[in-house]
Amino acid sequence: MWRQQRSVHLSVRPSRGLVDEKVAILVQSAPPGARITLCAFHRCEDRHGWEAFAHYLTDAAGSLNVSRDPSLGGTYSGVEQMGLFWSIRPVPGSHPGLRLRKKNVQTPMEFTISVYQDHFTDFTDQVPLASQTVERWYMAPGVLRTPIKDHELTATLFLPTGPGPFPAILDLWGGGGQLVEYRAALLASHGFATLALDYMTPKITVETGKMVDNTYFERAFTFLQQHPGVLAERVAMLGLSFGVCVTLKMAAYSHVVKPRCAVCISGSHVQPVDGTMADILSYFDRNGHKIQLNDENQAILRNLLLPIPTDPAFKVDVGRVQCPLLVVAGEDDQNWPAAESAQDMKEMMERAGNAHLLTVLSYPNAGHLLEPPYSPHTRASSFRSVGSREKITALWGGHCAAHSLAQEDAWKKTLDFLRHHLYS
Amino acid sequence: MCNLCKHPPGSCQVPTRRPSSFMSQASPPPILSVAPTRALMDEAIRVRVDNLPPGAPVTLRCLHHSEDKDYWEAYGHYISDPTGAVSVADDVSVGGTYRGKEIMGLLWSMRPVPGSRTGLRLRKRNVCTPMLFTISVYGGHVSHDFSSRRPLAEELTERWYMAPGVRRLELKDRGVRGTLFIPSGPGPFPGLLDMWGGGGGLLEYRSALLASHGYVSLALEYFAPGELASTDLELKYFEAAFELIKQHPAVVADKVGIFGLSLGGIVAIHMTAESTVVKPACCICISGSHLYLRNQPLWNIHQPMLESGRKVHMDEEQNVIWRDISLPISSDLSRKTDVRRINCPLLLVIGQDDQNHPAAQYAEDMERMMRSVGKEHLLTRLEYPDAGHLIEPPYSPHFRATNFMWDYKKAKVTMLWGGQTKCHSDAQEDSWKKMLAFLRQHLYSPHLPKARM
Repeated sequence: MWRQQRSVHLSVRPSRGLVDEKVAILVQSAPPGARITLCAFHRCEDRHGWEAFAHYLTDAAGSLNVSRDPSLGGTYSGVEQMGLFWSIRPVPGSHPGLRLRKKNVQTPMEFTISVYQDHFTDFTDQVPLASQTVERWYMAPGVLRTPIKDHELTATLFLPTGPGPFPAILDLWGGGGQLVEYRAALLASHGFATLALDYMTPKITVETGKMVDNTYFERAFTFLQQHPGVLAERVAMLGLSFGVCVTLKMAAYSHVVKPRCAVCISGSHVQPVDGTMADILSYFDRNGHKIQLNDENQAILRNLLLPIPTDPAFKVDVGRVQCPLLVVAGEDDQNWPAAESAQDMKEMMERAGNAHLLTVLSYPNAGHLLEPPYSPHTRASSFRSVGSREKITALWGGHCAAHSLAQEDAWKKTLDFLRHHLYS
Repeated sequence: MCNLCKHPPGSCQVPTRRPSSFMSQASPPPILSVAPTRALMDEAIRVRVDNLPPGAPVTLRCLHHSEDKDYWEAYGHYISDPTGAVSVADDVSVGGTYRGKEIMGLLWSMRPVPGSRTGLRLRKRNVCTPMLFTISVYGGHVSHDFSSRRPLAEELTERWYMAPGVRRLELKDRGVRGTLFIPSGPGPFPGLLDMWGGGGGLLEYRSALLASHGYVSLALEYFAPGELASTDLELKYFEAAFELIKQHPAVVADKVGIFGLSLGGIVAIHMTAESTVVKPACCICISGSHLYLRNQPLWNIHQPMLESGRKVHMDEEQNVIWRDISLPISSDLSRKTDVRRINCPLLLVIGQDDQNHPAAQYAEDMERMMRSVGKEHLLTRLEYPDAGHLIEPPYSPHFRATNFMWDYKKAKVTMLWGGQTKCHSDAQEDSWKKMLAFLRQHLYSPHLPKARM
């Protein structure tokens, strides 16, 4: 065994990066043509273990460069510079239905990247030849995080470094509720004052039992516009899943909310047009019989909104939208019919004459949960929708490698879109 | 400093209310991006500005508030391209503290802001926290009074000496004092005994950085003047330090090297050549030599020469030049280490404008001595024109002359180290890369059969 005769040199650079930054992984001083396994391990805030691994052969100089050399197998294959990050999944024996989401954005995610001699898939009792700790951050240094205490909003504001004032984004997640901050922190790290808003389970709903109405979003949008660090005419909306319902409704109908541009990820324009949040949720409830369960008892919710209605009372009139719109859809989205909705929206806007405002990014084999790049792909996980109150295993869809590629491409294009419309 | 946010003036984090008429006319700021935002001290960063008007003159400035409370700055003057972008990696600085295409000019050309105390040196003492740099964009080509101007955009970047997972342990064992840095990972690792120069005190940053590259590094604290009664005991102190590293459970015993700068380099070479106890796997000596006064305490190494007085010069700015006190080079072994006895690879890093020590001339003599016994293949010399004495890790600012406590005269003088900033910075960058490659080659590569040595 060559282990005792040498020390293998592992370098992962940068060792501290933002979650959307690439890293370069280099192994040197191994024997030439040697079989090695690279492994990434992360223990999340809920104490679950996540791992990815890949099998490689070193070159004639005893080196391995992950940006250049192909993985011969593992949780990813081929030349994948960031494969060790996006292909992580819960370690064998984990609780089923897990999803990796960072709650505290003020600390980094810590990964341990290790090199092992030989090719294998079970890491228990194995001692690596070398390993390095890597920090992945959602927040750049200098980004200011401020929980919002007044205005009856449950929200957190992230301000970029610098004197400002900055363009801003109202950031909306989906039906799972809670105040989810990580995407907003990352957007602020890219120069946008971003407000992460909890609208499904805000304090006011918890206290009164009532869902918020449209004025809640108007208040959030106005709060951003009036903030001294924000350029009032350059406020956008970005929504995922149910957040798209809100974004499109506001963009098309609100007299108060006039986003400069909007990003809609994994969502649909299908909803009772004159309804509040509560009305939209009960519309879904009424279609509940359309939910299917697959062989693994995972719930497929996409049919709730299919077929796309022809009745205009049940879809946002996107012909009324007056701002640039970026629609991102995974074609294997099993939770919302995002791709079909995108197609219908395109047709509506063509008929209305505002299709020049629309850009659709439709990704084959990508699923519902289109997260920032290098986040692991979750094909299915435990989900408790605020509407149904029932805990199910939701099938989100997507196939790992294609979904990860979609995340990387969509994020880059989303940032370009936001920069173009908010900064130019 | 801004009272509200404790940042230097001009980089205030607290937004102020503006009249609404101004709000409606406000245009978006330029987009300043720095990547990576948290880097190691020897990692390069990419700085770019977008969303400027085309052909706009702008100033990029880097500001650092040191542990000693001084402000250090560097700045470059740029002109945006037709798309309204400036890329430090691709574009040319036409003025400022650096000129030309200089990817890291905003770091290596830093110097104390006008009005600072003189003779300063920038050295991080607490290596567990990062150095914070504020990078700002200003409209126009600005050269002074930055604090009275409002930047267009700003980013904060962290630079670390310690990679995540590196462990720091204070050591006091068998009389040896210092700080040990252990890389992340299961180990075992090659080891390094890391020795600074005659300025004394304990500086940890290079050891922390070496550990971040995979070496167990001991930043060795020197003994106080007079603490050890004889040169024999002095040598035993260094030997004990080396043995401590060798015996550490995280260290591969036959892969321990020695790293020294200035006086530390002199000790490194002496131990490597003449110690009967210590057998380093390799040795790096920066700005040092095989000068050695037998039976003279180490901290006193310059004293006999200084006592003569005549060879100490001063330049026109009253900076003290020590270079000539060690010349001429002795022809016998009474005042130099017998480098013919060296049996491991030796890397010398030398600045040809070193005004403190005639390292280049001594290197010639070392090569001659080693060649006389057929060992010149063990020696590698990296000599850099216009580089000075203080060859630090890359992107560190250059100090041509700094305050120095001259023990013998009990006086604070300004010591001339030498070097021209641009060439010195290039030397730091190039030598560090080559030193890391040298260490990897001799401490990480497979064990070579003895016959080849």
